[in-house]
Amino acid sequence: MNTNTAPQRAPVVSRSITRLALTAQISGGGLEGRRFPHLSRPVLILCGLTFIALAGCHPHPARADHHVLRWGGDAEGGAPFVEADPADPSRVRGFDVEIAGMIAHGLGREPRFVQVAWSSIEASVERGDFDIGLSGVEDRPELRERHAVSIPYYEFHEVLAVRRADSARFRTLADLRGHRVGTLGATGAYRILVDEGARDGVIPISYDDDVHPYADLVAGRLDAVLLDDIIAQRSLRREGGFVIQPTPVATGHYVAVFARADSLLRDSANAVLRARMADGSLKRTFEAWHVWTDAEARYFTGVVSRPVASAAAPSASPSSVVAYLPGLLRAALITLVLSCLAMALAVATGLALAAGRVYGRPIVAGACAVYVEVVRGTPVLLQLFVLYYGLSGVVRLPAFAAAVLGLGLNYAAYESEIYRGALLAVARAQLEAARTLGLSELQIFRLIRGPQALRLALAPMTNDFVALLKDSSLVSVITVVELTKQTAIYATNVGSWVVPGALCGVVYLAFSLPLARVAGYLERRWRIA
Amino acid sequence: MTHPPSRIAVEPALVVRDLRVRRGTRDVLRGVSFDVAPGTIAALMGTSGAGKSTILRAVAALEPFDSGSIEVGAATLNAGPTPPESRLRDLRARVGMVFQSHALFEHLTALENVTLAPIHVHGWPAERANARARELLDALGVGARSGAHPRQLSGGEMQRVAIARVLALDPMVLLMDEPTSALDPARRGALAATLRRLADDGRALVVATHDVEFARATADRVAALAEGCIVEKGRAADVLVSPAHPATRELLRAHAVAS
Repeated sequence: MNTNTAPQRAPVVSRSITRLALTAQISGGGLEGRRFPHLSRPVLILCGLTFIALAGCHPHPARADHHVLRWGGDAEGGAPFVEADPADPSRVRGFDVEIAGMIAHGLGREPRFVQVAWSSIEASVERGDFDIGLSGVEDRPELRERHAVSIPYYEFHEVLAVRRADSARFRTLADLRGHRVGTLGATGAYRILVDEGARDGVIPISYDDDVHPYADLVAGRLDAVLLDDIIAQRSLRREGGFVIQPTPVATGHYVAVFARADSLLRDSANAVLRARMADGSLKRTFEAWHVWTDAEARYFTGVVSRPVASAAAPSASPSSVVAYLPGLLRAALITLVLSCLAMALAVATGLALAAGRVYGRPIVAGACAVYVEVVRGTPVLLQLFVLYYGLSGVVRLPAFAAAVLGLGLNYAAYESEIYRGALLAVARAQLEAARTLGLSELQIFRLIRGPQALRLALAPMTNDFVALLKDSSLVSVITVVELTKQTAIYATNVGSWVVPGALCGVVYLAFSLPLARVAGYLERRWRIA
Repeated sequence: MTHPPSRIAVEPALVVRDLRVRRGTRDVLRGVSFDVAPGTIAALMGTSGAGKSTILRAVAALEPFDSGSIEVGAATLNAGPTPPESRLRDLRARVGMVFQSHALFEHLTALENVTLAPIHVHGWPAERANARARELLDALGVGARSGAHPRQLSGGEMQRVAIARVLALDPMVLLMDEPTSALDPARRGALAATLRRLADDGRALVVATHDVEFARATADRVAALAEGCIVEKGRAADVLVSPAHPATRELLRAHAVAS
């Protein structure tokens, strides 16, 4: 990675510095303008040489384009942050898009959008996938410890949304003791809920997007949603059916995030941001997107008049593994229970499907075959979404039940094929012999065909259970926090995947290895037969 | 069930009348009729594809037939689709079949293969079924192998377990499909002796085979099949010594060449 980033970043710095002088002059002589003039010349020469030396063997042509500022955001986050332009879906629009444009142009470069999942923005910017992460990224201490972070360019409030009927009952988080409160996972709001949950007994429910919490609030699956006021207002306009409590639970800020080593780019971006705050163009952008308020105006005034704080030296704080263990173990238990229940459902349904295909009349066999093909031919993720959100108008399944049902019914299709194959593999002569002995069809199934098919199905079933164990991580999309999700939350908190990833892997192995051993033992035992 | 001790039949145990089977455009059986008396070993002879196995399978109610009838004592099978098992109880109790592949239940021991039907079809207590099964396995010379699974048995042992499994239900008609295909000459002689003993107990045995030597040594009656018809039938001593039909002669000639 280092060999990749060095030649590409160095010119970025140089360019931003030459540009800085200009910016500083325009804005009346900023502090940054005087900070680096002695650096610019050697840096420029060094970078120029490095660039020439390495330009010929650059692995990534796009990266060599230093007229471009790559910025990462999540268009799934939607307006007013970043959304696909309805007029031209190949383009994006939103206030973050405009801010990215301001920064890029301020640095004399062209902005280029890179789509990235919101929760991966920080990891991606650190990897060097793009130069700036900018998509409603929330300021928080851990972020500053691990990355270079811009000045906050917008102040938001965490607000509570509740159903209209509950507006008098649930005014603050403290009123929501024992109630389910939803939010977007890995956000400041989620952390508030987890802390409150520990203190006040609020039950935090994590979502992978910011639309479904409000849908579930209206549907009655949640009693409140805690999220940024921008998001709450947007959902209120689009869907309605709830009210926003006027007193904010907390205040937060949106920032742009840079790789930790990119503090020079960050400093130059900061200069651009300040200039745009001062000249009113940032204000006009927010006005255009209907998120400009009096409070925002006061906040801007404060930022512009405040002297620039020197960038605090980033320091990685050692996080205690022990603190996360109870959460991980609980999540591991959820994964295990969820997988066992889903597998039980898959086995039972799979047996019924296989029996339908092997023994059923043509119409029954056909229906079973259609089920198997449809379920196998579509992603389990889609099935989970349909089951949990799509059917919520008809039947409002609790998340855990929907997860068991979704995984179980999906795996049933695969199990049924195993059983069908195993049933067909039992020699026909044995079944005929059983018939001539006078056994009924049911007895033949129970005493002859079933037991032999089970022996044949055991190995592939074990395989499937191990796969199911891992696929159970998908249910985090419908708010079930299982082992992988909990690990992701943990990894976000500590800023590293090394320890959480290893722990998580050990737990999965601890589940799957004994299973393989038991299956191996049974197979050996039965093989003498 | 009692059988007349004599080999001279008063009433046939098995009556097959005008059996016709059509599969697609092919006539597998074209009007086959024969009787088998209790205490008799009847050999159905013919080259492969002549229809021997189809006759056995029709008698065992494993395959439907298009016209004709099959009578086993009071149980009658008529043309048309195979009736549901609930209406085949009488027939199942009277007819036993030993498959060419033996078709032992692979997940069960030899003993369990024999006790399965007595326990689950006839509701015998396990002790009684076990005692009877041991008796049969001992009589057939595989008593020492009663705890073994089919995969651990030789071809001859499997066959004797399969015979014991059928005998546990004491059928009056015993069908055997190519019983000598997996046996060495010494075992063939032992099998012939076993079958004679079973016939002497008053059973009617129908053996589908193309093994002329075995038929000559074992059968009382022979029916020679060619292209779905019985071309010649009569006492084994007559048919297998001085055949009248060219197809039978061909069968004997082929056998003589082979040996």
